[in-house]
Amino acid sequence: MIFLKAFVVGGLICVAVQILMDRTNFKVTPGHVLVGLVTAGVVLSAVGAYEPFVKFAGAGATVPLSGFGHILAQGAIKGVQSGGLLGAFNGAVAAAAGGITAAVVFGYFAALLFKPKG
Amino acid sequence: MPAEKKVGAQTVAFAKPPVVSATAAIAGAKEGQGPLADTFDKVIDDPYCGEDSWERAERRLLQEALEMALKKAGLKPRDVDYLLAGDLLNQIISANFAARALAIPFIGLYGACSTIYEGLAVGAMLIDGGFAEKVLVGSSSHYATAEKQFRFPTEQGVQRTPTAQWTVTGAGALILTATGTGPRVTHATIGRVVDLGAGDPYNMGAAMAPAAADTMVHHFTDTRRRVADYDLLLTGDLGFYGKTLLEELMRSYGHDIAERHNDCGILIFDRENQDVHAGGSGCGCPATVTCGLIMRRLRERKLNRVLGVGTGALLSPLTTGQGETIPTVGHAVVLES
Repeated sequence: MIFLKAFVVGGLICVAVQILMDRTNFKVTPGHVLVGLVTAGVVLSAVGAYEPFVKFAGAGATVPLSGFGHILAQGAIKGVQSGGLLGAFNGAVAAAAGGITAAVVFGYFAALLFKPKG
Repeated sequence: MPAEKKVGAQTVAFAKPPVVSATAAIAGAKEGQGPLADTFDKVIDDPYCGEDSWERAERRLLQEALEMALKKAGLKPRDVDYLLAGDLLNQIISANFAARALAIPFIGLYGACSTIYEGLAVGAMLIDGGFAEKVLVGSSSHYATAEKQFRFPTEQGVQRTPTAQWTVTGAGALILTATGTGPRVTHATIGRVVDLGAGDPYNMGAAMAPAAADTMVHHFTDTRRRVADYDLLLTGDLGFYGKTLLEELMRSYGHDIAERHNDCGILIFDRENQDVHAGGSGCGCPATVTCGLIMRRLRERKLNRVLGVGTGALLSPLTTGQGETIPTVGHAVVLES
């Protein structure tokens, strides 16, 4: 059941953004979408609205870009609790370290295996 | 006193119309699968053209087209007075590097996608002005170099908008001579830079249509000709939306061009089946279509008089990033069989 929920919820986030891009004649660019979803995730997470969403949809809520915003927000909150104001800055990136490192590592190996010349 | 060969505000009429004595059109794989496949002299299926970067691939395309035009005309590089060439990359590197290999006195041109027509106009002026007997003209573009230069890395897989056009991978070259047999260049109308405030780099056709209209209207006024005097009014790379817009604009100026107008960007691809959105674009688009299909039709006398208008969007990634609108230009040349 969680797979179905993840598929539907994750898909709906993408569909909503695609419709937004199409309906605005691509005035909303992929760049806007990237920043907008991450920011929306941060805000929703900060006010406590994203966590129930993650409980309901699992990866359907954590894999889209808004899930990255959620991780940043939660990391910042935990960072403040343990390390004060500085923790707000350290905590966010520390919580997202897995995703960031994976991007660097996979990017590195893809560049070794293929010819990135685009 | 106005110049002897100048007609009206923007047009020149050549006293002894220079001859297009040889042409070469080389295209990439996607273009080779399109409706104009059999009009190209050569289709190179490898997007790298045997080189190790896209930029080297594009310059290989241009150099091969220039060499092929020379060979067809039976000329050696030293027989040619000037090479006029340009492309879309920073500092026109494809043209500069191809010129390095040929060692012909070189005049680099930048008219964005209008370059082949700018070259035709300037080359014909050099010849009819008595400054040259033989001029080699060429221009090129490559899908992957243009994406890198103007848009996003192709690996990023950014969605293309419905109005986006597909940059043609290809190069066209032609030899202009003072005498000989072949289609002749009788007039040239040099375009003004026009900017009606379009700023979307994914909708170049709409940005360039007003420049094409401006040049066409001035051409008709200067020469006192009408649409019916031409078998074909050919624009460079307006694509589907730009073509529609140009026809509307021309109607508002009192010229109904729809029946006789076509666009290289529409001719070169099968829009339904090749997923090119609004059509083809890039220097290679008017260059390969003009040096291939159009010159062949003129030689066969299936077309007798063509007004070709090369259209160029004179933006850079920097100006787009700074939110500037897109200045555009259209250069027109009359070709007769």
